[in-house]
Amino acid sequence: MYVAVKGGGRAISAAHAWLDETRRGDTSLPELTVAQVEQQMGLAVDRVMAEGSCHDRFLAALAIKQAKGDLIEAAFLLRAYRTTLVRFGASEPVETSAMRLRRRVSATYKDLPGGQVLGPTFDYTHRLLDFALAAEGEARGEGPQAPAPVGEVPRVTELLAREGLMQREATDDAEPGDLTRQPLAFPAARPVRLQNLARGDEGFLLALGYSTQRGYGSNHPFVGEIRVGHVAVEFTPPELGFAIELGEIAITECQMVNQFKGSRTEPAQFTRGYGLVFGHGERRAMGMALVDRALRAEELGEDIAAPAQDAEFVLYHSDNIEATGFVEHLKLPHYVDFQSELENLRTIRRSAVAAEAARDGMAEAARDGTAEAAE
Amino acid sequence: MTRNAPHPMPDPLGERRAWMAVLARAGADDIAVLLPAMPAHERLRAPETGLVMVRGRAGGDGAAFNLGEMTVTRCAVRLGDAVGHAYVAGRDKRQAELAALVDAALQDPARRDALMEAVIAPLAARQQAARDAEARRAAATRVEFFTLATMR
Repeated sequence: MYVAVKGGGRAISAAHAWLDETRRGDTSLPELTVAQVEQQMGLAVDRVMAEGSCHDRFLAALAIKQAKGDLIEAAFLLRAYRTTLVRFGASEPVETSAMRLRRRVSATYKDLPGGQVLGPTFDYTHRLLDFALAAEGEARGEGPQAPAPVGEVPRVTELLAREGLMQREATDDAEPGDLTRQPLAFPAARPVRLQNLARGDEGFLLALGYSTQRGYGSNHPFVGEIRVGHVAVEFTPPELGFAIELGEIAITECQMVNQFKGSRTEPAQFTRGYGLVFGHGERRAMGMALVDRALRAEELGEDIAAPAQDAEFVLYHSDNIEATGFVEHLKLPHYVDFQSELENLRTIRRSAVAAEAARDGMAEAARDGTAEAAE
Repeated sequence: MTRNAPHPMPDPLGERRAWMAVLARAGADDIAVLLPAMPAHERLRAPETGLVMVRGRAGGDGAAFNLGEMTVTRCAVRLGDAVGHAYVAGRDKRQAELAALVDAALQDPARRDALMEAVIAPLAARQQAARDAEARRAAATRVEFFTLATMR
């Protein structure tokens, strides 16, 4: 029997009104503006753009404000919003070698063309709480500048590839699969895997990447290069027929250099794990690169023994919006489902009791029978 | 798909691509204050915000993949005989319309030089200055290694 249940409308609107109040907090304090979130919570904005899979700083900041700082909720809001917009098409692939760099570091070469540029980083900070930040309104002076060197900043992977020590990437100009249009299917090609990871949950990518380092599918990774900066995005409007620049987006790229023992057809060489994410998201790009390399196990003829190498396990569980939807739906009313489970359990218990009673009865009868026979 | 294309296009197209790139990076107010009085234009496509799927390449130079979308606003206007187009990152409809208007006006040889000087050149200079300033900030964080020599 299906019982339709209505009601709760008043409770829900009262709950939402209270939510709005708690979002605002103490009204004697000034309200946070979206522009303040965008400017001063920049890395949260970057994460929401990446996981919401939509590059728009203002929208991500608005989502963070609305979600009271719950970044998964904010990414959910952004994903929902993007479904209301028409898609004009796909860009040309961004040219990360021509990135306008704020940061570029390599863990494999000390001296390399373009040098090690630290940029605005938490690295080498002491992780001590800075109480000076609690004193608001302090003017911060302009940071130092230095003459900018001119010249190429070649990719580390390209330097190795020129020596034949780094596997070249397969280039094919096939139209890549798109998870926003076709559901995930297996075997998943690398472009689909990369799209999935690029918008995957940062914590999930981090934990899986970490697991590969601890021996669950280890590939001895080195950070060949991390680049943080801006790239121009080119798009060819059909009515123009030539590519134009739409502007620039902030982006982080990580190239992991991994060992590969070689095979019958290929000599021993390095292979790549690749991470590319919206905004400044180094931890996320590194996790993505580690997991990308782990997922190439099959293609490179390696044993698939660890969770990070299992494409179905990784790709089906990386999306925090899908995950939160399925986990959190458990708290919604399941009254009817639960009634049937309850009924089930009671029936099992009743029949167990009845069976026991029947067994006791039979044993008693048998005892009586024996007693009678003895008489 | 063009790939690492150095854009070996004829100059007029290169010039148009260049001014469209400058307008795509300029705020609506920044364009508006520089723009001289213009005759009325006709909207062929009212400003509309949508998405463009941004693509990357596996390993930076391999097969293309879909990275994620970005918001883009487009607009098309007619000014005299010319049709101006704009596709600009973000959701600023006023910027898209102004960019399309300037694109149309710049296609008129009679206006081009004056507009390039009044609008595009100052915007381009400001954008270049911002890029240069950031490059100098980055250069200040460039590591200078030195070797510690041990002597016995």
